[in-house]
Amino acid sequence: MRAAHWLAPLVLVTLILAAWETSVRLLGVPAYLLPAPSAVAYAMVDNAPLLLASAGRTLGMALAALVVASVVANALALALGLSPLMESAVRPLAVVLQATPIVSIAPLINIWAGLDHPERAVIGLAALVAFFPIFSGAITGLKAVDPDLERLFKLYGAGRLATLRRLRLPSAVPFILEGHKVAAGLAVVGAVVAEFVSGSGGAQGLAFRLLEAANRLQTAKMFAALILLGLMGAAAHAAFQGLETWVLRRWRGR
Amino acid sequence: MIETVAALHAVQVDYAGRGRALGPFSLALERGEIVALVGPSGCGKSTALRLLADLEQPTCGEVERTAGRGETSVVFQAPTLMPWASALENVALPLRLAGQADAVLSAGQALARVGLIGAEQAKPAQLSGGMAMRASLARALVTEPRLLLLDEPFAALDEITRRALADDIHAIWASSRPAIVFVTHNVEEAVYMAGRVVVMTPGPGRLAFETRIEAPLPRPPQFRTSPLFREQVERVSAALQQAMAA
Repeated sequence: MRAAHWLAPLVLVTLILAAWETSVRLLGVPAYLLPAPSAVAYAMVDNAPLLLASAGRTLGMALAALVVASVVANALALALGLSPLMESAVRPLAVVLQATPIVSIAPLINIWAGLDHPERAVIGLAALVAFFPIFSGAITGLKAVDPDLERLFKLYGAGRLATLRRLRLPSAVPFILEGHKVAAGLAVVGAVVAEFVSGSGGAQGLAFRLLEAANRLQTAKMFAALILLGLMGAAAHAAFQGLETWVLRRWRGR
Repeated sequence: MIETVAALHAVQVDYAGRGRALGPFSLALERGEIVALVGPSGCGKSTALRLLADLEQPTCGEVERTAGRGETSVVFQAPTLMPWASALENVALPLRLAGQADAVLSAGQALARVGLIGAEQAKPAQLSGGMAMRASLARALVTEPRLLLLDEPFAALDEITRRALADDIHAIWASSRPAIVFVTHNVEEAVYMAGRVVVMTPGPGRLAFETRIEAPLPRPPQFRTSPLFREQVERVSAALQQAMAA
């Protein structure tokens, strides 16, 4: 039964690829419209060094963005967790910022950071996208405290700092992990969007390879880049899922 | 001369939007006494407990407390343990918050007192419901409280575990004699646990009936089948029924 569940997606992918390959060949679809899977595979192998290097750059920028977002979001959430007044001050601002479509900010960030250092603009925008899930996860988590445990801390005379360290921060761990998992996926999206917007090849990431291939009507190469992007996103998600499961198992002891 | 550990003098608690939750209600706790508060759900029993713990302030009336900080302990309906911390760390918490150096040593002793030797490193999720409640009790005892407040501590446990824990609480009481307030809506449990049973009216709760259970504490074996126990259970039940009908 387990083997069947492992095999099922592989069988489905094989079937789709086979149908794609035969129909493209039988109908004589031009390669610039829809290349056959075999052509995509050739493009992948032919351009492997370039595509992999670009994928590495995109991944590197997304991870750097994730680190920046994590540091800033957690620090800010902690500061607000200590002061309810600060939180009231910041909350409406955060809501407006979050509701603004990030893509529309991209040209601005490009002007500020990207003219001389395109990778900084990419990291900045990806960090902005990754910021909110981590921030709202941490803020929610710091408040998701068992009210009876809170009473207990009050009963034993715990101060604000002791309550934060011994109660609210550990309570927030599952929420913070969940926020990072979502943010990891979004950071890749942010990196790709930023590179699209900057339009120059300065950052040399996968998104630029996509644009470059599109402009030259190298559709098979576009597909190859898209597949790498998809695999990268899936791998990032799986890595953070694994990390989350591992930490939570230690956190609650099973 | 009877020494009072804590008392509520004609206290009233009003919640904005929900109206009055409790009172006017008075209750005086003598040193080393076990009092059971019985009443229907929503009658303000838990509110009365939080007033005694100084976790809430009355809208009017007065709360008198001679037990200082760290001398009052509360056990809630759920074990209320920190899921990320071991049983030992959970029990050590009150001492750590008070900055005591030998917190872990005392916590180990408290765990032993409630029969949880060997479970020190277990996380709450690895404990059974009864074991988690024992850990919660150990945490309440670790500060050697003069006032122990139990808010329906057995509500989520099966009958066998409830009975074992009831006797354990009596044994603990016999060794350090804290004043205990025990909130429940189970009449038999109230009569078994307490030297004095106080029945409250439906919310806002007031005093409906009060009786002393003139039998030794801890309870002798077979106390539940004795005529005195049956008779008191009937009296308290009747009083509760009358209070709810009124």
